[in-house]
Amino acid sequence: MTEQGGVGGSAPRASTDPGGTEPGRPPFGKVIIQAIIQGNSVVVTVAAFAAAIVIGGLLIAFTDPVVLHAWSQFTAAPGNAFAQAWDSAAGAYAAMFEGAIINPHTVASALQYNSISAAFQTGSVSAIFDPLSETAVNATPLIFAGLSVALAFRAGLFNIGGTSQFIGGALLATWLGFGVPLPLVLHAIVVLIGAFAGGAAIGWVVGALKAWTGAHEVIVTIMLNYVMIYLLSWLLGTSAMQRPGRADLITPFIDGNAQLPHLAGPSLRINASFLIALAAAAGVWWLLQRSTIGFEFRSVGANPRAARTAGMSVTGSWVLVMTIAGGLAGLAASAVVQGTDHTLTFQSYGTYGIDAITVALLGRARPLGTVLAALLFGALHAGGVAMQGLTQTPVDIVTVIQALIVMFIAAPPLVRAMFRLRGARAAGPEQALAKGWNG
Amino acid sequence: MERVSSLAGAITEPLQAHRRLLAAATFALLGLVDILVFARFAGHSQATFALSLPDAQITVPSLHVPAAPTAYALGAVSLAAAVARAVREPSQRLRRWLIAVVLLCFVISLLCWADAGKIPLNLVNLLQSTVAFSIPLVLGALAGCLCERSGVINIAIEGQLLMGAFGSAIVASAFGTLWLGLLTGSLAGGLIGVLLAVFAIRYLVDQVILGVVLNVLASGLTGYLYDRALVPFQNTLNSPTTFPAVKVPLLGDIPILGPIFFDSTVFLYLSYALIIAVQVGLFSTRWGLRARAVGEHPVAADTVGINVLATRYRNVILGGLIAGIGGAWLTLGSVGSFGKDMSSGMGYIALAALVFGRWTPLGAVAAALLFGFTSALQSIMATLNVPIPSNILLMAPYVATIVAVAGLVGRGRAPRADGKPYVTS
Amino acid sequence: MKLELRGITKRFGSLVANDHIDLTVAPGQIHALLGENGAGKTTLMNVLYGLTRPDEGEILLDGQAREFRSPADAIGAGIGMVHQHFMLVPVFTVTENVTLGVERTRWPGLLDRRRARREVRELSQRYGLNVNPDAYVENLPVGVQQRVEIIKALLREANVLILDEPTAVLTPGETEDLFRIMRELKAGGRSIIFISHKLREVQAIADTITVIRRGSVVGQRPPTATGSELASLMVGRPVELRVHKEPARPGAVVLDADGLTVPDDQGNPAVKDLSLQVHAGEIVGIAGVQGNGQTELCEALVGLRPVGAGRLRLDGDDISRQTTRQRLAGGMGYIPEDRTEDGLVGDFPVADNIILDVYHRAPYARGIALDLGQVDSTAVSRVSEFDIRTTSVQAPTSTLSGGNQQKVILAREIGRDLRVLVASQPTRGLDVGSIEFVHRRIVEQRDQGVAVLIISSELDEIYALADRIAVMYEGRITGIRPPTVPVAELGLLMTGADGGPAGEPAGTEAPAGTEAQQLYVPQPAEQEAPPAPPGDGHD
Repeated sequence: MTEQGGVGGSAPRASTDPGGTEPGRPPFGKVIIQAIIQGNSVVVTVAAFAAAIVIGGLLIAFTDPVVLHAWSQFTAAPGNAFAQAWDSAAGAYAAMFEGAIINPHTVASALQYNSISAAFQTGSVSAIFDPLSETAVNATPLIFAGLSVALAFRAGLFNIGGTSQFIGGALLATWLGFGVPLPLVLHAIVVLIGAFAGGAAIGWVVGALKAWTGAHEVIVTIMLNYVMIYLLSWLLGTSAMQRPGRADLITPFIDGNAQLPHLAGPSLRINASFLIALAAAAGVWWLLQRSTIGFEFRSVGANPRAARTAGMSVTGSWVLVMTIAGGLAGLAASAVVQGTDHTLTFQSYGTYGIDAITVALLGRARPLGTVLAALLFGALHAGGVAMQGLTQTPVDIVTVIQALIVMFIAAPPLVRAMFRLRGARAAGPEQALAKGWNG
Repeated sequence: MERVSSLAGAITEPLQAHRRLLAAATFALLGLVDILVFARFAGHSQATFALSLPDAQITVPSLHVPAAPTAYALGAVSLAAAVARAVREPSQRLRRWLIAVVLLCFVISLLCWADAGKIPLNLVNLLQSTVAFSIPLVLGALAGCLCERSGVINIAIEGQLLMGAFGSAIVASAFGTLWLGLLTGSLAGGLIGVLLAVFAIRYLVDQVILGVVLNVLASGLTGYLYDRALVPFQNTLNSPTTFPAVKVPLLGDIPILGPIFFDSTVFLYLSYALIIAVQVGLFSTRWGLRARAVGEHPVAADTVGINVLATRYRNVILGGLIAGIGGAWLTLGSVGSFGKDMSSGMGYIALAALVFGRWTPLGAVAAALLFGFTSALQSIMATLNVPIPSNILLMAPYVATIVAVAGLVGRGRAPRADGKPYVTS
Repeated sequence: MKLELRGITKRFGSLVANDHIDLTVAPGQIHALLGENGAGKTTLMNVLYGLTRPDEGEILLDGQAREFRSPADAIGAGIGMVHQHFMLVPVFTVTENVTLGVERTRWPGLLDRRRARREVRELSQRYGLNVNPDAYVENLPVGVQQRVEIIKALLREANVLILDEPTAVLTPGETEDLFRIMRELKAGGRSIIFISHKLREVQAIADTITVIRRGSVVGQRPPTATGSELASLMVGRPVELRVHKEPARPGAVVLDADGLTVPDDQGNPAVKDLSLQVHAGEIVGIAGVQGNGQTELCEALVGLRPVGAGRLRLDGDDISRQTTRQRLAGGMGYIPEDRTEDGLVGDFPVADNIILDVYHRAPYARGIALDLGQVDSTAVSRVSEFDIRTTSVQAPTSTLSGGNQQKVILAREIGRDLRVLVASQPTRGLDVGSIEFVHRRIVEQRDQGVAVLIISSELDEIYALADRIAVMYEGRITGIRPPTVPVAELGLLMTGADGGPAGEPAGTEAPAGTEAQQLYVPQPAEQEAPPAPPGDGHD
């Protein structure tokens, strides 16, 4: 039949069952083997992580004076050279693991107590969970900001403006937190909404400029980041925001009523913000996959012309999605201001805005993936701090590893080539994301 | 025909008329600020502008202007420009002149107000630091121009500057040779260029994301190595000297212009050479014609036998080398040592200059000078005790760029294939 | 120069685009390559031009085997190509475009613009091409752009010139011009490979015709071969030359455009003071060369482009200011000309594309929650109703063939209750089987009382479907004719020549031959001009 014979059109993908029903599932073990051989996205992700860890390890080892000294006497003691290199990298990573997941020493010290209650009372038990708590705390703003980038991404927009939206949310939330007295619970909710609204306002500006004037969101978000950084720097120095008696850029503490409750006692920093982040991820998933608004976002992202022809308002979607995305990035500020720091400083915005891009990319712009990616990077950050304390390896190595992971993730053929995985040479879905200044 | 590229146009097409009014409104706003803020609060005093440096051989008499009337007049000129812009779509050339006139009026009014009744403001000094501050922006924007004209978006200018600064500092310091440091800085920028090229062209990674990630990588790498190596060995690895200023014979002695343009470090003269090379190269040589064809319509270039991918590799790496020189300026031309994240957003301002300058080398240079001017102005205003927070002035380039992409810059100036990977079957 | 292709084979995945193709082109010959859309003509020429590497086979020039790794090799060997989609840089001048890749330079490596300009002018004059070397290509009409492409090939001293579907964008008059140029080139000893799916043109200009079907050469014929012979060779079965349709029974006016003016992207009027009525139960066909405002007209009808002046009514209601969504809800259906760009979200499953413009209404949505079960069941029933060949309704739409993609759009648009259907180039790029299907469905809609407006640059399609033919030129309707009008007269109208009296709405005096004179796709030359029915008003 000519229907399928058109040489120019692509033929339907080969399938054993043309009837349209699901083909029988192969056994699970075979699926895994197949996935590893063909290098599908999960395997590529793991491989990219491994590659980044290895390169990071080399970087740690070969900038360590001890290792360099051993290698300078390579001919005399080649075994020692390798051993020193291994020790250096392994030591750093071990410290990182202990800082991010679990530390055997804390477990051992807890086990010294005879009774469980004694262990609890001395705080040994919470010490065991401290690394995990730190991982969650570090991951929380990344989940929010990553969801922000991922959501905008699905509607075809690059939100490089996490930083500006974070600052927008932080300024409003902090001001509501210390400046407006409100009762318990209500205050925390109002501040939370303030964080969302502050970020949403900045996001709205981006969406509105794009919708009404065609200004490219990448340029606008990058520029707004700096505008907001200077605004923050200015406002934190004004009498309205600066903590009395301080010369540096820091606000007063927010009310106790506005703070989010701890989840596991005062000695662990994990707090309700983590749960809110998980709820936000679920909400974004529902919005994208189960709602008409998400259907519009995804249509606009995948083919704005077709979306428009089908009667959707492309510009309206841009404005709405950037507003929500901005709000999510603003919630990242809530995680910091309400959850952990209880104040706002000039350093509070950190690198969340940029890290969010790597989180969303690693999570393939899907809510669950974003949460997992944020947990991974949260663990790297939490572990990085511990690593710096224990082994004097600068924490910036985490940034390097993070960038490497994302670069490898974005280039599956490179990873497949490195690990000699077979894989489809054809363009994957990653390439559908490429777009230029002209839209 | 060009269905895909007209996407944005099709969606926001009815905005053409809005754009005209938006531009006019922006002009009018600036004009009103001239009148209602600068002129009104300038008082009755004079503004004095010194036109030569203290040690100049030939001194030019200082300029005295009545502050308020000047600002009123300039505000009126801006309003007239706004009316002219609103009435009818002017030609492209006229449009650019109008933007230039309005901005100039704004700046002069601002200076009149800032300096009214105070110590003389040294214009030569101001413009000299403008030129100096512009160097990394100019070089970064030229780098972006080379990349984007051939169809690869370069967000990684920031990373290229940072790597250039780091590489030049460490080598110049370790070997004690400034020129070797300069070369290394350029190569370090080129290294980021190579990564950008390979991942964008070979692995088809989205170029916006890639640029951002490369900046993260550069920041992490230099930050890590800084803490690990430069801090403990500050004296041997991070204390290069800076290039001395070299006065050009004859030209350097011209009043006003001499100290601004012909009495500086080798970086400025290198920038002159590179500006000319890029401008002439892109628009008057075979290489430039081909590079632009590749950025506009790679398939057409391919069908006449031009190697699209090789052209892109070449341009992206060349761009990295140029941006690396800009990075070297940060250490060897300005500060004298490397500091963490010392490029502090200059790469993004360079990108803004490129966009502001409509992807042309000369336009980008003009925009870079404008942004450099705001930096210079900010540092001078601080000494004048002007009641504008310095943070607001520092915002200016970024706000200007947003205004530009939203209102003043016409659409579709970016090379048509910019950011789109080229794949052959 | 004698050109031979031997056993050229090219596969894309499991698809064989070219299957052992042999072809010989003698010097000074115009050799036509005839085949329907997707038969593999363009792939073959891309192989010859070095854009695609063949999997098997060889290319011989004057008996010597040559290997073309890139277009540069092909150009060096004297092969030139005018692509279907012009390979011109819009923001470059004619001279820059022509000399790109073979730039003339002077010391110290700067472009020698003066010499380049002189050479372009000389070539333009020698072949009567009439091209201004300093004009920017984006400002030139397509006909002139095509001549720029020819100059490009001539400057490279091409001995074999490939013209890929060159007449698709030309008026009948411009086509004659092109044929004159082709004859001149031939007289100068150059060979030309003329790729087309239009029988009439192939017969008019070719010295030899090679027919390709589904990637293989199925025969070679002299230009004297009859149209029906070539047609059945091309399609692979005897072609049914007619659309079966009853005479139209037009009802009240449904779609009424009154003095419509529509601006293009630059703000210049693309549609100028256009008035047109479409009645219930009739098909109005808008003929005309691409780029005469048809796209803008369609977009304005559907609400994708604002109306500058004039009024648009649907069933008497003014819809000029309504959004696209309001118009779709009001009973408008739209089949856009660019299926993959405007009609479908390629990454989406078939099911999602089937509800792409009704997803927000019951029963697919409750509030803002989507009912995925309902979406799925609707999709399943439509897929079977419209015979859409897909592995599942969850398969990405981009994996479907062009014909099946178009069926997805049809299923979506005519699956709703329509008052008016606007179909732009509804069968572009489809094979004959799909064309028949689409035409049948469109006629079905008409018979159910829907007002149908077809915009097509394929005259054959217009003749096959339309009950009235309106010709569009430079944003205006230059005439409305019954479907019995001779091609020559339409050709005149398409160049702006004022025609005779406007046609009446079909059916008010249904011409005698209406039910069966429609010929489509391969239109035999003998019947090129349908005889004017007695009693028709034109002179």
